[in-house]
Amino acid sequence: MTDFAEIWSYLAQGPLLWLTATLAAYAIGAACFQAAGRRPWVNPVLIAVVLLASLLALTGTPYPVYFEGAQFVHFLLGPATVALALPLWDNLGHVKRAALPLLAALLAGSSVAVLSALGLAVAFGIDGEVLASLAPKSATAPVALGISDRLGGSPTLTAVLVILTGIIGAICTTPLLNTLRIRDWRARGFATGVAAHGIGTARAFQVHPTAGAFAGLGMGLNAVLTAFLAPLALRLFQ
Amino acid sequence: MIPALLTLLAAQLAGETLTRLTGAPLPGPVTGMLILLLGFALFPRLVEVLRPLATGILGNLSLLFVPAGTGVVGHLDKIVAYGPALVVVLFVSTLAAIAAGALAFAAVARLTGTEVEQ
Repeated sequence: MTDFAEIWSYLAQGPLLWLTATLAAYAIGAACFQAAGRRPWVNPVLIAVVLLASLLALTGTPYPVYFEGAQFVHFLLGPATVALALPLWDNLGHVKRAALPLLAALLAGSSVAVLSALGLAVAFGIDGEVLASLAPKSATAPVALGISDRLGGSPTLTAVLVILTGIIGAICTTPLLNTLRIRDWRARGFATGVAAHGIGTARAFQVHPTAGAFAGLGMGLNAVLTAFLAPLALRLFQ
Repeated sequence: MIPALLTLLAAQLAGETLTRLTGAPLPGPVTGMLILLLGFALFPRLVEVLRPLATGILGNLSLLFVPAGTGVVGHLDKIVAYGPALVVVLFVSTLAAIAAGALAFAAVARLTGTEVEQ
């Protein structure tokens, strides 16, 4: 009989094992998210990352070996970014009806997101690769990773910062906007999508369908604007 | 499925090529997204060709962040060193951005009279 260690060393070299592990970890995270009533702090990605990171540490597997398998999932980030054209197209009617408020909110939300993050981080003594990784944190992950890579940041660090930003936005947006007495669902949703991308958008859809549609629009427009803004803003703080 | 997949990949490829040629600051896939939007405007029938695949990918978008997110194992030293500061930065910056966006929207909606939409 073949010994378990031998089977392990065979499987650990190919992409199948870690591709399967990636999907399994995400399935567990998604099940926890459902069981918790889709609360934003029970984030399926965060759960999957913790599970996989622990598994890699326990088995002594280096990240590049893991990535051999996981790259098939990672590759889809590019096509997914292109596919964001569909929700943007679907919401074009909203853009025409409320063009000026949308433009103002996009410019304000997007620039405050980038500039306040960089300004505060510099005040805390953060610089270099970590600062560059932070710049696109409000953009949706596939776009943020691309921006981070171009700015000399670390896409993997950016991925974690982007997810945390989304969770923080999703948890805080309702109490914050109630305090500010903003009652327009369009304003509430759009601002949430601009600042907290897909995770904020999912939260907005739970609260109100109009807020959700505007959040999706905010996420898409901010992805494009951040790609222009982040490199300019980073130059100011470096 | 194949025409839809081909459209997505071709748009991304065109986006990557255009970005490299022009040296634009946009990531290639974002340029690809803009090219696809242009494609929708020129050939509206393309929208329905793409809808099932695009909806499927976007419905499971967060799965795609897992491999990159797991890369955090290579940055544990930085997370330990900057963790508390990064959490403060993310909280303040995200709340400020939501407030700025919502207040700007509400103010301009009031000024331009595009306020209610129920």
